[in-house]
Amino acid sequence: MAYGPKIIDHYENPRNVGNFGTGESMKADKRIGVGLVGAPECGDVMQLCIKVDPSTGRIEDAKFKTFGCGSAIASSSLATEWLKGKDLEGAEAIKNTDIVQELSLPPVKIHCSVLAEDAIKAAIADYKRKNGIPVEDHDHDHAKA
Amino acid sequence: MYAKAPAGQTGRGHIITCTIEHKAVLDPCKRLQKEGFDVTFIDPPKDGVVTAKMVEEVMRPDTILVTLMWANNEIGTINEIEAIGKLCKSKNVLFHTDATQWVGKMPTNVETAGVDLLSWSGHKIYGPKGIGALYVRRQRPRVRLQALMDGGGQERGFRSGTHNITGIVGFGKACEIAKQEMENDAIRLGKLRKKLEQGVLSQLDTCAVNGHADKRLPHITNISFGFVEGEGLMMAVKNIACSSGSACTSASLEPSYVLKSIGVGDDLAHSSLRLSLGKWTTEEQVDYAIGEIVKAVKKLRVMSPLYDMHKEGIDLSKVEWAHH
Repeated sequence: MAYGPKIIDHYENPRNVGNFGTGESMKADKRIGVGLVGAPECGDVMQLCIKVDPSTGRIEDAKFKTFGCGSAIASSSLATEWLKGKDLEGAEAIKNTDIVQELSLPPVKIHCSVLAEDAIKAAIADYKRKNGIPVEDHDHDHAKA
Repeated sequence: MYAKAPAGQTGRGHIITCTIEHKAVLDPCKRLQKEGFDVTFIDPPKDGVVTAKMVEEVMRPDTILVTLMWANNEIGTINEIEAIGKLCKSKNVLFHTDATQWVGKMPTNVETAGVDLLSWSGHKIYGPKGIGALYVRRQRPRVRLQALMDGGGQERGFRSGTHNITGIVGFGKACEIAKQEMENDAIRLGKLRKKLEQGVLSQLDTCAVNGHADKRLPHITNISFGFVEGEGLMMAVKNIACSSGSACTSASLEPSYVLKSIGVGDDLAHSSLRLSLGKWTTEEQVDYAIGEIVKAVKKLRVMSPLYDMHKEGIDLSKVEWAHH
Protein backbone atom coordinates (compact mmCIF):
# COMPACT_ATOMS: atom_id res chain seq x y z
CA MET A 1 0.00 0.00 0.00
CA ALA A 2 1.50 3.31 -1.06
CA TYR A 3 0.69 5.84 1.64
CA GLY A 4 1.17 9.58 1.63
CA PRO A 5 3.57 11.31 4.03
CA LYS A 6 0.83 12.38 6.48
CA ILE A 7 -0.38 8.84 7.04
CA ILE A 8 3.19 7.64 7.51
CA ASP A 9 3.87 10.45 9.97
CA HIS A 10 0.80 9.68 12.10
CA TYR A 11 1.55 5.97 11.92
CA GLU A 12 5.18 6.34 12.96
CA ASN A 13 4.58 9.09 15.51
CA PRO A 14 1.02 8.55 16.66
CA ARG A 15 -0.39 11.42 18.75
CA ASN A 16 -2.24 10.88 21.99
CA VAL A 17 -1.99 7.11 22.32
CA GLY A 18 -3.63 5.88 25.48
CA ASN A 19 -6.74 6.17 27.60
CA PHE A 20 -7.76 7.66 30.94
CA GLY A 21 -7.59 4.49 33.05
CA THR A 22 -9.06 1.03 32.92
CA GLY A 23 -12.40 0.28 31.29
CA GLU A 24 -14.04 0.26 34.72
CA SER A 25 -12.48 3.46 36.02
CA MET A 26 -13.37 5.32 32.82
CA LYS A 27 -16.95 4.10 33.09
CA ALA A 28 -17.18 5.58 36.57
CA ASP A 29 -15.82 9.02 35.58
CA LYS A 30 -18.56 11.34 34.33
CA ARG A 31 -16.11 13.65 32.54
CA ILE A 32 -15.02 10.83 30.24
CA GLY A 33 -16.68 9.49 27.13
CA VAL A 34 -15.46 6.31 25.45
CA GLY A 35 -16.25 5.16 21.93
CA LEU A 36 -15.35 1.63 20.90
CA VAL A 37 -16.10 0.78 17.28
CA GLY A 38 -15.20 -1.91 14.74
CA ALA A 39 -14.60 -5.61 15.22
CA PRO A 40 -11.44 -7.75 15.43
CA GLU A 41 -12.60 -10.05 12.61
CA CYS A 42 -12.96 -7.04 10.33
CA GLY A 43 -9.39 -6.08 11.09
CA ASP A 44 -10.15 -2.73 12.75
CA VAL A 45 -11.09 -1.75 16.29
CA MET A 46 -10.85 1.85 17.51
CA GLN A 47 -11.18 3.09 21.05
CA LEU A 48 -11.48 6.84 21.35
CA CYS A 49 -11.64 8.51 24.79
CA ILE A 50 -12.54 12.14 25.40
CA LYS A 51 -12.25 14.08 28.65
CA VAL A 52 -14.61 17.04 28.88
CA ASP A 53 -14.00 20.05 31.12
CA PRO A 54 -17.35 20.44 32.90
CA SER A 55 -16.87 24.18 33.44
CA THR A 56 -16.33 25.02 29.75
CA GLY A 57 -17.98 22.04 28.04
CA ARG A 58 -14.90 21.68 25.90
CA ILE A 59 -12.89 18.55 25.22
CA GLU A 60 -9.71 19.12 27.21
CA ASP A 61 -8.02 15.89 26.26
CA ALA A 62 -8.47 13.01 23.83
CA LYS A 63 -6.73 9.65 23.57
CA PHE A 64 -6.95 6.71 21.22
CA LYS A 65 -6.01 3.09 20.89
CA THR A 66 -6.44 1.34 17.58
CA PHE A 67 -6.07 -2.21 16.33
CA GLY A 68 -5.81 -1.83 12.60
CA CYS A 69 -3.82 -0.93 9.55
CA GLY A 70 -1.71 2.19 9.09
CA SER A 71 -4.69 4.21 7.82
CA ALA A 72 -6.84 3.26 10.78
CA ILE A 73 -4.09 4.28 13.20
CA ALA A 74 -3.48 7.54 11.33
CA SER A 75 -7.22 8.37 11.14
CA SER A 76 -7.72 7.95 14.87
CA SER A 77 -4.50 9.76 15.73
CA LEU A 78 -5.63 12.72 13.62
CA ALA A 79 -9.08 12.60 15.20
CA THR A 80 -7.60 13.07 18.70
CA GLU A 81 -5.66 16.11 17.52
CA TRP A 82 -8.78 17.68 16.07
CA LEU A 83 -10.93 16.89 19.09
CA LYS A 84 -8.80 18.72 21.62
CA GLY A 85 -10.22 22.12 22.45
CA LYS A 86 -13.49 21.61 20.58
CA ASP A 87 -16.92 21.76 22.21
CA LEU A 88 -19.21 18.79 21.65
CA GLU A 89 -21.00 20.44 18.77
CA GLY A 90 -17.73 21.17 17.01
CA ALA A 91 -16.55 17.63 17.63
CA GLU A 92 -19.75 16.20 16.21
CA ALA A 93 -19.23 18.23 13.07
CA ILE A 94 -16.02 16.37 12.16
CA LYS A 95 -16.77 14.37 9.04
CA ASN A 96 -14.96 11.35 7.68
CA THR A 97 -14.43 13.21 4.41
CA ASP A 98 -12.36 15.80 6.31
CA ILE A 99 -10.09 13.00 7.48
CA VAL A 100 -9.88 11.50 3.98
CA GLN A 101 -8.84 14.87 2.61
CA GLU A 102 -6.32 15.72 5.32
CA LEU A 103 -4.56 12.35 5.16
CA SER A 104 -5.07 11.70 1.42
CA LEU A 105 -6.45 8.26 2.25
CA PRO A 106 -6.54 5.89 -0.74
CA PRO A 107 -10.07 4.87 -1.80
CA VAL A 108 -9.70 1.35 -0.42
CA LYS A 109 -9.04 2.86 3.03
CA ILE A 110 -11.99 5.24 3.26
CA HIS A 111 -13.68 2.92 5.74
CA CYS A 112 -10.92 3.82 8.23
CA SER A 113 -12.11 7.42 8.21
CA VAL A 114 -15.72 6.27 8.57
CA LEU A 115 -14.67 4.26 11.59
CA ALA A 116 -12.90 7.29 13.09
CA GLU A 117 -16.05 9.40 12.65
CA ASP A 118 -18.10 6.61 14.24
CA ALA A 119 -15.64 6.52 17.16
CA ILE A 120 -15.94 10.27 17.71
CA LYS A 121 -19.77 10.07 17.68
CA ALA A 122 -19.73 7.04 19.97
CA ALA A 123 -17.43 8.76 22.49
CA ILE A 124 -19.62 11.88 22.54
CA ALA A 125 -22.77 9.77 22.88
CA ASP A 126 -21.22 7.91 25.81
CA TYR A 127 -20.33 11.19 27.52
CA LYS A 128 -23.83 12.58 26.95
CA ARG A 129 -25.51 9.46 28.26
CA LYS A 130 -23.47 9.62 31.45
CA ASN A 131 -24.42 13.24 31.96
CA GLY A 132 -28.11 12.95 31.13
CA ILE A 133 -27.87 14.86 27.86
CA PRO A 134 -30.26 13.54 25.17
CA VAL A 135 -28.42 11.46 22.57
CA GLU A 136 -29.28 10.84 18.96
CA ASP A 137 -29.29 7.14 18.23
CA HIS A 138 -25.81 6.00 17.26
CA ASP A 139 -26.12 2.61 18.92
CA HIS A 140 -25.86 0.76 15.67
CA ASP A 141 -22.22 1.68 15.24
CA HIS A 142 -21.16 1.24 18.82
CA ALA A 143 -19.59 -1.88 20.25
CA LYS A 144 -20.47 -2.84 23.82
CA ALA A 145 -17.66 -4.14 25.98
CA MET B 1 -4.19 -24.06 -15.58
CA TYR B 2 -2.47 -27.45 -15.42
CA ALA B 3 -5.39 -28.92 -13.51
CA LYS B 4 -7.29 -29.37 -16.76
CA ALA B 5 -9.30 -32.51 -16.75
CA PRO B 6 -7.99 -35.41 -18.79
CA ALA B 7 -9.15 -35.39 -22.38
CA GLY B 8 -12.30 -37.22 -23.25
CA GLN B 9 -13.94 -36.55 -19.92
CA THR B 10 -15.43 -33.17 -20.69
CA GLY B 11 -18.17 -32.27 -18.32
CA ARG B 12 -18.38 -35.63 -16.61
CA GLY B 13 -16.68 -36.91 -13.54
CA HIS B 14 -15.54 -36.00 -10.08
CA ILE B 15 -12.43 -34.05 -9.07
CA ILE B 16 -10.92 -33.83 -5.58
CA THR B 17 -8.89 -30.86 -4.39
CA CYS B 18 -8.70 -28.85 -1.19
CA THR B 19 -9.63 -25.39 0.05
CA ILE B 20 -6.06 -24.23 0.75
CA GLU B 21 -4.69 -24.84 -2.73
CA HIS B 22 -3.12 -21.95 -4.59
CA LYS B 23 -5.51 -19.97 -6.79
CA ALA B 24 -3.68 -21.49 -9.78
CA VAL B 25 -5.48 -24.74 -8.90
CA LEU B 26 -8.60 -23.42 -7.16
CA ASP B 27 -9.66 -21.18 -10.03
CA PRO B 28 -9.36 -23.85 -12.76
CA CYS B 29 -11.27 -26.25 -10.48
CA LYS B 30 -14.03 -23.67 -10.14
CA ARG B 31 -14.10 -23.25 -13.89
CA LEU B 32 -14.37 -27.03 -14.35
CA GLN B 33 -17.24 -26.98 -11.88
CA LYS B 34 -19.02 -24.52 -14.17
CA GLU B 35 -18.29 -26.80 -17.13
CA GLY B 36 -20.17 -29.59 -15.41
CA PHE B 37 -17.56 -31.46 -13.37
CA ASP B 38 -18.26 -32.27 -9.77
CA VAL B 39 -15.53 -30.91 -7.49
CA THR B 40 -14.99 -31.76 -3.83
CA PHE B 41 -12.92 -29.26 -1.87
CA ILE B 42 -11.45 -31.00 1.18
CA ASP B 43 -11.39 -28.74 4.22
CA PRO B 44 -8.09 -29.52 5.93
CA PRO B 45 -7.84 -29.73 9.72
CA LYS B 46 -6.14 -27.14 11.90
CA ASP B 47 -2.67 -28.53 11.17
CA GLY B 48 -3.22 -27.91 7.45
CA VAL B 49 -2.14 -31.41 6.37
CA VAL B 50 -4.29 -33.33 3.87
CA THR B 51 -4.01 -37.08 4.49
CA ALA B 52 -4.75 -40.10 2.29
CA LYS B 53 -7.61 -40.97 4.64
CA MET B 54 -9.28 -37.63 3.97
CA VAL B 55 -8.98 -38.21 0.23
CA GLU B 56 -10.28 -41.79 0.49
CA GLU B 57 -13.34 -40.60 2.40
CA VAL B 58 -14.47 -38.36 -0.45
CA MET B 59 -13.39 -40.58 -3.33
CA ARG B 60 -16.18 -41.91 -5.60
CA PRO B 61 -16.41 -44.44 -8.43
CA ASP B 62 -16.56 -41.55 -10.89
CA THR B 63 -13.53 -39.69 -9.46
CA ILE B 64 -11.18 -38.93 -12.38
CA LEU B 65 -8.60 -36.59 -10.86
CA VAL B 66 -7.10 -35.69 -7.50
CA THR B 67 -5.17 -32.43 -7.44
CA LEU B 68 -3.42 -31.53 -4.20
CA MET B 69 -0.38 -29.38 -3.57
CA TRP B 70 2.76 -31.04 -2.30
CA ALA B 71 3.37 -28.24 0.19
CA ASN B 72 1.37 -25.13 0.98
CA ASN B 73 2.69 -21.75 -0.10
CA GLU B 74 1.38 -19.76 2.88
CA ILE B 75 2.02 -22.05 5.82
CA GLY B 76 4.53 -24.52 4.36
CA THR B 77 2.68 -27.64 5.50
CA ILE B 78 3.34 -30.87 3.58
CA ASN B 79 0.51 -33.12 2.44
CA GLU B 80 0.71 -36.94 2.56
CA ILE B 81 1.64 -37.07 -1.10
CA GLU B 82 3.11 -40.59 -1.25
CA ALA B 83 0.15 -42.17 0.54
CA ILE B 84 -2.30 -40.19 -1.61
CA GLY B 85 -0.37 -41.29 -4.71
CA LYS B 86 -0.69 -44.92 -3.66
CA LEU B 87 -4.39 -44.50 -3.03
CA CYS B 88 -4.95 -42.90 -6.42
CA LYS B 89 -3.01 -45.64 -8.17
CA SER B 90 -5.06 -48.34 -6.46
CA LYS B 91 -8.26 -46.65 -7.62
CA ASN B 92 -7.02 -45.80 -11.12
CA VAL B 93 -7.46 -42.10 -10.50
CA LEU B 94 -5.05 -39.56 -11.96
CA PHE B 95 -3.06 -37.58 -9.43
CA HIS B 96 -1.78 -34.07 -10.07
CA THR B 97 0.30 -32.15 -7.57
CA ASP B 98 1.17 -28.48 -7.56
CA ALA B 99 4.75 -28.85 -6.35
CA THR B 100 5.76 -25.22 -6.81
CA GLN B 101 6.89 -24.87 -3.19
CA TRP B 102 8.44 -28.32 -3.05
CA VAL B 103 10.58 -28.91 -6.13
CA GLY B 104 14.08 -27.52 -5.75
CA LYS B 105 13.70 -27.42 -1.98
CA MET B 106 13.15 -31.10 -1.24
CA PRO B 107 13.94 -34.30 -3.16
CA THR B 108 11.24 -35.09 -5.69
CA ASN B 109 10.59 -38.49 -7.21
CA VAL B 110 7.42 -38.94 -9.25
CA GLU B 111 7.75 -42.75 -9.04
CA THR B 112 7.87 -43.09 -5.26
CA ALA B 113 5.31 -40.31 -4.91
CA GLY B 114 2.93 -41.99 -7.34
CA VAL B 115 2.34 -38.73 -9.14
CA ASP B 116 0.96 -38.65 -12.70
CA LEU B 117 1.11 -34.90 -13.24
CA LEU B 118 3.39 -32.49 -11.44
CA SER B 119 3.71 -28.75 -11.98
CA TRP B 120 6.26 -26.26 -10.73
CA SER B 121 7.75 -22.94 -11.76
CA GLY B 122 11.11 -21.32 -12.33
CA HIS B 123 10.88 -18.24 -10.15
CA LYS B 124 10.48 -20.22 -6.93
CA ILE B 125 13.83 -21.94 -7.39
CA TYR B 126 15.91 -18.88 -8.30
CA GLY B 127 15.25 -19.41 -12.00
CA PRO B 128 13.67 -17.01 -14.47
CA LYS B 129 10.13 -15.70 -14.03
CA GLY B 130 7.44 -16.61 -16.51
CA ILE B 131 8.40 -20.23 -17.03
CA GLY B 132 6.95 -23.35 -15.52
CA ALA B 133 6.92 -27.05 -16.20
CA LEU B 134 4.40 -29.85 -16.18
CA TYR B 135 5.55 -33.41 -15.79
CA VAL B 136 3.19 -35.76 -17.64
CA ARG B 137 3.43 -39.51 -17.05
CA ARG B 138 3.84 -41.42 -20.30
CA GLN B 139 3.19 -44.95 -19.13
CA ARG B 140 1.36 -46.80 -16.38
CA PRO B 141 -0.87 -44.93 -16.93
CA ARG B 142 -0.33 -42.87 -20.04
CA VAL B 143 -1.85 -39.49 -19.30
CA ARG B 144 -3.63 -37.86 -22.21
CA LEU B 145 -4.22 -34.15 -22.02
CA GLN B 146 -6.17 -31.64 -24.00
CA ALA B 147 -3.98 -29.06 -25.69
CA LEU B 148 -3.64 -25.87 -23.69
CA MET B 149 -3.48 -23.95 -26.96
CA ASP B 150 -3.43 -24.91 -30.59
CA GLY B 151 -1.28 -23.67 -33.41
CA GLY B 152 1.88 -25.44 -34.50
CA GLY B 153 2.08 -28.56 -32.40
CA GLN B 154 5.09 -27.64 -30.27
CA GLU B 155 5.65 -29.40 -26.94
CA ARG B 156 4.06 -32.55 -28.31
CA GLY B 157 0.98 -30.61 -29.22
CA PHE B 158 0.13 -29.72 -25.61
CA ARG B 159 1.21 -26.13 -25.83
CA SER B 160 1.81 -24.68 -29.24
CA GLY B 161 3.96 -21.63 -29.68
CA THR B 162 7.63 -20.81 -30.16
CA HIS B 163 9.70 -22.16 -27.31
CA ASN B 164 10.91 -19.70 -24.69
CA ILE B 165 14.53 -20.80 -25.07
CA THR B 166 16.12 -18.44 -22.54
CA GLY B 167 13.45 -19.34 -20.03
CA ILE B 168 13.86 -23.06 -20.62
CA VAL B 169 17.66 -22.96 -20.36
CA GLY B 170 17.55 -20.78 -17.25
CA PHE B 171 14.93 -22.97 -15.63
CA GLY B 172 16.97 -26.08 -16.41
CA LYS B 173 20.09 -24.56 -14.90
CA ALA B 174 18.12 -23.51 -11.81
CA CYS B 175 16.94 -27.10 -11.37
CA GLU B 176 20.50 -28.35 -11.73
CA ILE B 177 21.83 -25.95 -9.10
CA ALA B 178 18.91 -26.66 -6.80
CA LYS B 179 19.64 -30.37 -6.96
CA GLN B 180 23.22 -29.76 -5.86
CA GLU B 181 22.47 -27.30 -3.10
CA MET B 182 19.04 -28.06 -1.72
CA GLU B 183 20.07 -30.62 0.84
CA ASN B 184 22.48 -28.27 2.61
CA ASP B 185 20.11 -25.35 2.16
CA ALA B 186 17.25 -27.27 3.76
CA ILE B 187 19.34 -28.13 6.83
CA ARG B 188 20.61 -24.58 7.21
CA LEU B 189 17.23 -22.91 6.62
CA GLY B 190 15.44 -25.33 8.94
CA LYS B 191 17.76 -24.24 11.76
CA LEU B 192 17.32 -20.57 10.92
CA ARG B 193 13.54 -20.89 10.77
CA LYS B 194 13.53 -22.56 14.16
CA LYS B 195 15.66 -19.74 15.52
CA LEU B 196 13.31 -17.15 14.02
CA GLU B 197 10.22 -18.77 15.47
CA GLN B 198 11.74 -19.36 18.90
CA GLY B 199 13.24 -15.88 18.99
CA VAL B 200 9.87 -14.28 18.36
CA LEU B 201 7.73 -16.63 20.44
CA SER B 202 10.00 -16.51 23.48
CA GLN B 203 9.73 -12.73 23.70
CA LEU B 204 6.03 -12.24 22.99
CA ASP B 205 2.90 -13.68 24.55
CA THR B 206 -0.18 -14.75 22.57
CA CYS B 207 1.64 -15.73 19.37
CA ALA B 208 1.42 -18.99 17.47
CA VAL B 209 2.95 -20.64 14.46
CA ASN B 210 0.20 -21.71 12.05
CA GLY B 211 0.06 -25.21 10.63
CA HIS B 212 1.64 -28.53 11.58
CA ALA B 213 4.67 -28.29 13.88
CA ASP B 214 6.87 -30.75 11.94
CA LYS B 215 5.23 -31.66 8.64
CA ARG B 216 6.30 -28.51 6.88
CA LEU B 217 8.94 -27.00 4.66
CA PRO B 218 12.15 -25.72 6.25
CA HIS B 219 11.97 -22.25 4.75
CA ILE B 220 8.43 -20.99 5.38
CA THR B 221 6.77 -19.86 8.57
CA ASN B 222 3.47 -18.19 9.27
CA ILE B 223 2.99 -16.63 12.67
CA SER B 224 -0.12 -15.08 14.22
CA PHE B 225 0.40 -12.23 16.65
CA GLY B 226 -2.67 -11.69 18.79
CA PHE B 227 -4.07 -8.16 19.10
CA VAL B 228 -2.07 -6.53 16.31
CA GLU B 229 -3.24 -6.18 12.73
CA GLY B 230 -1.18 -7.64 9.90
CA GLU B 231 -0.95 -4.66 7.59
CA GLY B 232 -0.08 -2.32 10.45
CA LEU B 233 2.58 -4.83 11.46
CA MET B 234 3.98 -5.00 7.95
CA MET B 235 4.34 -1.22 7.93
CA ALA B 236 6.28 -1.40 11.18
CA VAL B 237 8.71 -4.00 9.84
CA LYS B 238 9.18 -2.26 6.53
CA ASN B 239 12.79 -3.41 6.19
CA ILE B 240 11.70 -7.03 6.18
CA ALA B 241 10.12 -8.45 3.04
CA CYS B 242 7.13 -10.36 4.28
CA SER B 243 3.47 -10.71 3.53
CA SER B 244 0.49 -10.43 5.78
CA GLY B 245 -2.05 -13.12 6.44
CA SER B 246 -4.39 -10.30 5.76
CA ALA B 247 -4.38 -9.44 2.08
CA CYS B 248 -4.89 -5.77 2.91
CA THR B 249 -2.73 -4.65 0.04
CA SER B 250 -5.34 -5.98 -2.34
CA ALA B 251 -8.70 -4.37 -2.85
CA SER B 252 -10.52 -7.16 -1.06
CA LEU B 253 -9.32 -6.50 2.52
CA GLU B 254 -10.06 -10.13 3.17
CA PRO B 255 -7.89 -12.11 5.55
CA SER B 256 -6.03 -15.12 4.14
CA TYR B 257 -8.39 -17.84 2.91
CA VAL B 258 -5.76 -20.42 3.79
CA LEU B 259 -5.66 -19.40 7.45
CA LYS B 260 -9.45 -19.17 7.57
CA SER B 261 -9.76 -22.66 6.07
CA ILE B 262 -7.55 -24.22 8.73
CA GLY B 263 -9.66 -22.65 11.46
CA VAL B 264 -7.57 -19.64 12.40
CA GLY B 265 -10.21 -17.13 13.52
CA ASP B 266 -10.79 -14.03 11.40
CA ASP B 267 -9.21 -11.89 14.10
CA LEU B 268 -5.94 -13.87 14.13
CA ALA B 269 -6.00 -14.34 10.36
CA HIS B 270 -5.83 -10.54 10.19
CA SER B 271 -2.86 -10.67 12.57
CA SER B 272 -0.47 -12.92 10.74
CA LEU B 273 2.84 -12.64 8.96
CA ARG B 274 4.20 -15.06 6.40
CA LEU B 275 7.99 -15.10 6.43
CA SER B 276 10.22 -17.10 4.16
CA LEU B 277 13.93 -17.77 4.24
CA GLY B 278 16.03 -18.14 1.13
CA LYS B 279 19.36 -19.32 -0.08
CA TRP B 280 20.96 -16.01 0.79
CA THR B 281 19.31 -15.40 4.16
CA THR B 282 21.96 -15.08 6.88
CA GLU B 283 21.82 -15.63 10.62
CA GLU B 284 22.43 -11.90 11.14
CA GLN B 285 19.35 -11.14 9.04
CA VAL B 286 17.30 -13.56 11.11
CA ASP B 287 18.51 -11.88 14.32
CA TYR B 288 17.60 -8.51 12.84
CA ALA B 289 14.15 -9.77 11.84
CA ILE B 290 13.50 -11.14 15.32
CA GLY B 291 14.43 -7.78 16.85
CA GLU B 292 12.30 -5.77 14.43
CA ILE B 293 9.24 -8.00 14.74
CA VAL B 294 9.35 -8.06 18.54
CA LYS B 295 9.79 -4.28 18.67
CA ALA B 296 6.93 -3.73 16.22
CA VAL B 297 4.48 -6.05 17.96
CA LYS B 298 5.25 -4.44 21.33
CA LYS B 299 4.76 -0.96 19.87
CA LEU B 300 1.47 -1.89 18.23
CA ARG B 301 0.22 -3.62 21.37
CA VAL B 302 0.72 -0.41 23.34
CA MET B 303 -1.67 1.08 20.77
CA SER B 304 -4.08 -1.87 20.71
CA PRO B 305 -7.38 -1.61 22.63
CA LEU B 306 -7.72 -5.38 22.24
CA TYR B 307 -4.49 -6.05 24.11
CA ASP B 308 -5.74 -3.85 26.99
CA MET B 309 -9.02 -5.74 27.10
CA HIS B 310 -7.15 -9.04 27.03
CA LYS B 311 -4.98 -7.93 29.96
CA GLU B 312 -8.08 -6.79 31.87
CA GLY B 313 -9.40 -10.33 31.49
CA ILE B 314 -12.17 -9.51 29.01
CA ASP B 315 -13.04 -12.41 26.71
CA LEU B 316 -12.92 -10.78 23.27
CA SER B 317 -15.11 -13.47 21.75
CA LYS B 318 -17.92 -12.45 24.14
CA VAL B 319 -17.80 -8.76 23.27
CA GLU B 320 -20.70 -7.56 21.15
CA TRP B 321 -18.76 -5.99 18.30
CA ALA B 322 -20.32 -3.61 15.86
CA HIS B 323 -19.75 -5.14 12.43
CA HIS B 324 -19.25 -2.60 9.77
